[in-house]
Amino acid sequence: MSAEEWPLFEVFIRSKSGLHHKHAGSLHAADATMALENARDVYTRRQEGVSIWVVESKHIAASDPADSDAFFEPAKDKIYRHPTFYDLPDELKHM
Amino acid sequence: MRTTHLEDNFQQKIDAEERIEPKDWMPETYRKTLIRQISQHAHSEIVGMLPEGNWITRAPTLRRKAALLAKVQDEAGHGLYLYCAAETLGVSRDTLLDELHTGKAKYSSIFNYPTIAWADMGAIGWLVDGAAIMNQVPLCRASYGPYARAMVRICKEESFHQRQGFEIMLTLSKGTPTQKAMAQDALNRWWWPSLMMFGPNDAESQHTEQSVRWKIKRFTNDELRQKFVDATVPQAEILGITIPDPDLKWNEERGHYDFGAINWDEFWQVVKGNGPCNQERMEARIKAHEDGEWVREAAMAYANKQSQKLTEQVA
Ligand SMILES: [Fe+2]
Ligand SMILES: [Fe+2]
Repeated sequence: MSAEEWPLFEVFIRSKSGLHHKHAGSLHAADATMALENARDVYTRRQEGVSIWVVESKHIAASDPADSDAFFEPAKDKIYRHPTFYDLPDELKHM
Repeated sequence: MRTTHLEDNFQQKIDAEERIEPKDWMPETYRKTLIRQISQHAHSEIVGMLPEGNWITRAPTLRRKAALLAKVQDEAGHGLYLYCAAETLGVSRDTLLDELHTGKAKYSSIFNYPTIAWADMGAIGWLVDGAAIMNQVPLCRASYGPYARAMVRICKEESFHQRQGFEIMLTLSKGTPTQKAMAQDALNRWWWPSLMMFGPNDAESQHTEQSVRWKIKRFTNDELRQKFVDATVPQAEILGITIPDPDLKWNEERGHYDFGAINWDEFWQVVKGNGPCNQERMEARIKAHEDGEWVREAAMAYANKQSQKLTEQVA
């Protein structure tokens, strides 16, 4: 355990063009170039992706699940943001 | 919030089939149990590369060699997914590897048996990966999110492992009498250790009850073992080779196969470190880790130097 542990990276993969990058997992690498190559070798061995992003895990800021009730509270009572909130006649199709 | 309240909330979430994520509150024992279970699983994937790695250079054809190499690579990937899942619980990779190398952590005992013939590659893929799949499929619904997601990825990859093993067994059993005898011999040696992979009988198993409540185990050891036997007997019939158990017979009433008693003394001997290859496996693991030390150090030194250069350029 003498050597410094390689930093942890999060891996995001675009499975085909037109789709978002999606979190696939994580891995350790000495730097971003190695992280990309290792991500290719572990997460796309069966052509699972056409593009990869890696970012060092320590750079990700995340919301706190313990506060999630309060954090997401503002959206809770705004049902008028949904199309189904509005009363429209049945004759009106396709809107 | 008081701990009991947190614990009630936690169990309610699990009962409602909600997933627990890394930053969510969890009981310390849940965290510890998961670290033990996931890291043990990761170690098994990595140590499991050794018995098969033994045959890569001696595979009988290029087709078999490519498949075996791909399978062993997959197992390395499985180890990585699982180590990462364990790390989300706040334990470092170095600590996990250290626990493996000092013998503090266990790995599946099946990998302490030797691979003395090519047919063993068939038997391992068919039986050992087959048993692993039985274990792993229900874990795709485990309550801990990162573990469940790793298992989904793993299960997708496992099916080729079992199929390539079965194909090896099929080729041998349809071959010359000597080849068929090789397949039979491999089955004879791997059958009982494969049944032991599911762990002690439910009555002897310490962790089952709590783990089932926490949904990090969906079936008991005996339930999974029975499923495995029921699935495997007809497969052996297709191969035309005989499972080495005189007590094996269909039980109409139970709707399952009955099978003979497992030699638990052997199981515990291997767990305690006295299996045929325990020492060899640990030595190979430790050597690989130590031989890689300078590479890990050099890569880190290079990366540090590069980023230093970059900051100097900017400044
Ligand atoms: Fe695996
Ligand atoms: Fe496998």
